[in-house]
Amino acid sequence: MTTSIDLSQVTLRELNKRLHETDEGRFVVRNPRGAHALAVGITTPVTVDVEGSVGYFCAGMNMTGTVRVDGNAGTGLAENIMSGLVRITGNATMSAGATGHGGLVVIEGNAGARCGISMKGVDIVVGGNVGHMSAFMAQAGNLVVLGDADHDLGDSIYEAEVFVRGKVASLGSDCVEKEMTPQHLDTLSRLLEAAALPAGTMSAGTMSAEPGDFRLYGSARELYNFHVDDVDAAAAAKGKP
Amino acid sequence: MCGIVGLFLKTSTYHDELGRLTAVMLHEMRERGPDSAGFAVYDQGDSERTRITVLVTDDSINRRQTADDLEAELGAEVTLREIHDHAVFETTGDGRAARQWLIDNVAGLDVLSYGQQIELYKSVGDPDLVASRYDLASRRGTHAMAHTRMATESAVTTNGSHPFVTGADTCLVHNGSLSNHNQLRERLVQRGESFQTENDSEVAAGYLAWKLRTGDAIDGALTSALTDLDGFYTFAIGVKNGFAILRDPIACKPAVVAETDDWVAMSSEFRAIAQLPDVSHAEIFEPEPSRVYSWSLAS
Repeated sequence: MTTSIDLSQVTLRELNKRLHETDEGRFVVRNPRGAHALAVGITTPVTVDVEGSVGYFCAGMNMTGTVRVDGNAGTGLAENIMSGLVRITGNATMSAGATGHGGLVVIEGNAGARCGISMKGVDIVVGGNVGHMSAFMAQAGNLVVLGDADHDLGDSIYEAEVFVRGKVASLGSDCVEKEMTPQHLDTLSRLLEAAALPAGTMSAGTMSAEPGDFRLYGSARELYNFHVDDVDAAAAAKGKP
Repeated sequence: MCGIVGLFLKTSTYHDELGRLTAVMLHEMRERGPDSAGFAVYDQGDSERTRITVLVTDDSINRRQTADDLEAELGAEVTLREIHDHAVFETTGDGRAARQWLIDNVAGLDVLSYGQQIELYKSVGDPDLVASRYDLASRRGTHAMAHTRMATESAVTTNGSHPFVTGADTCLVHNGSLSNHNQLRERLVQRGESFQTENDSEVAAGYLAWKLRTGDAIDGALTSALTDLDGFYTFAIGVKNGFAILRDPIACKPAVVAETDDWVAMSSEFRAIAQLPDVSHAEIFEPEPSRVYSWSLAS
């Protein structure tokens, strides 16, 4: 069953309430006009199709739901996503997929700064470029970038993995290029397949890529343990000889 | 927080609606800055005449008398227009000299702006009330900037509200905070700029005014700003016949730009842009950190 909701007629609070009270079905949301916190906190396998651009924290904390946005998204798209799918056709600004624990976030356009910051298991596929400090302190999950990555990619990264097809402006502290193993290629192939557009869609092709064209980046694990060599530096910081 | 909006009209199609569209944008940014608000509107102006917008902070000030005194000082006719606690002096005399004379000689009055194209209004209180009190919606012109403020670096006062103008037709609205503004203010004062508040953003406006006054074009001035200003900022900048945007290298203060054949709009959030005419055909993008964006009209 499809329910159409016009946000010029219905309040955002009412929309989110209905999404929380529904177990299944599809909602089409019209006139979002950049509204914040649209479709946050979904905990059922409901599908939400948004016709237009959204504001901050769209589909935040999503669990099992599918949220598709035909437009752009503001700060914190799919923030702390637990599972399910969040997909947008346009660009996302900063902190897309931040702290996400699971599920898949697909951004067909570009993502801004700090995409995947502190990600904890989510998979993020970006059709375009990502901004600076993406995958900052990323702990688990995969960030796949079909375009380029801006400065300080993967700064202080833990065990998340970052696949980039284009250029990397610079790597952040403790982030290094790693050897792509067959397991990594499998993971990447699976994610590219999951992110590929359904056949027959208008922009099909823009999200397709060959796994072999990517390079893998991850943690050098140099920041994990205290090094005895750093004792002098620690003492100096305290003003001791 | 703080919300900023800028609207620059590339063609004359929406000149009559500049104020109304700016008011719609400002309304959407209320929640980002409920303390106070302000707006600057540019029109085509008159190259022979300078307008000086002032805020009267002391009710005992006689604006008519001030206009007469300014006229005597400048040796040029000064006309007066009063709008609530604001006044606009218009003269064929030297605008920069007029601003300085007012600052030095009339206590209880802040000079908000001067230039051939700009008028500027600001006040504490709900942004919608500020817009209606100074009749933003009916104003026409070429470009406008507006700001809703959530104060962090200085008190909630009208003169701490944005926009800031310290040089001719050079207007700045700021979301963020600068950390080297005290040192920079001292340097700029030594170089002949003058300031009326303790506000960090006024220093950024003064910095650009100084750069433009000493020969830089806006792009060059903003490139230098990337080196000389320390802190967090997303700026929207208005100049005579032009408009520019700059974000610091970290870019944690939000910004979104939309552009059509008729206009360029910039805001902290997309919802301020969502209701502009023909927005469905706009090119929409997030301005990159450390990159100067500028637009200008053929003068």
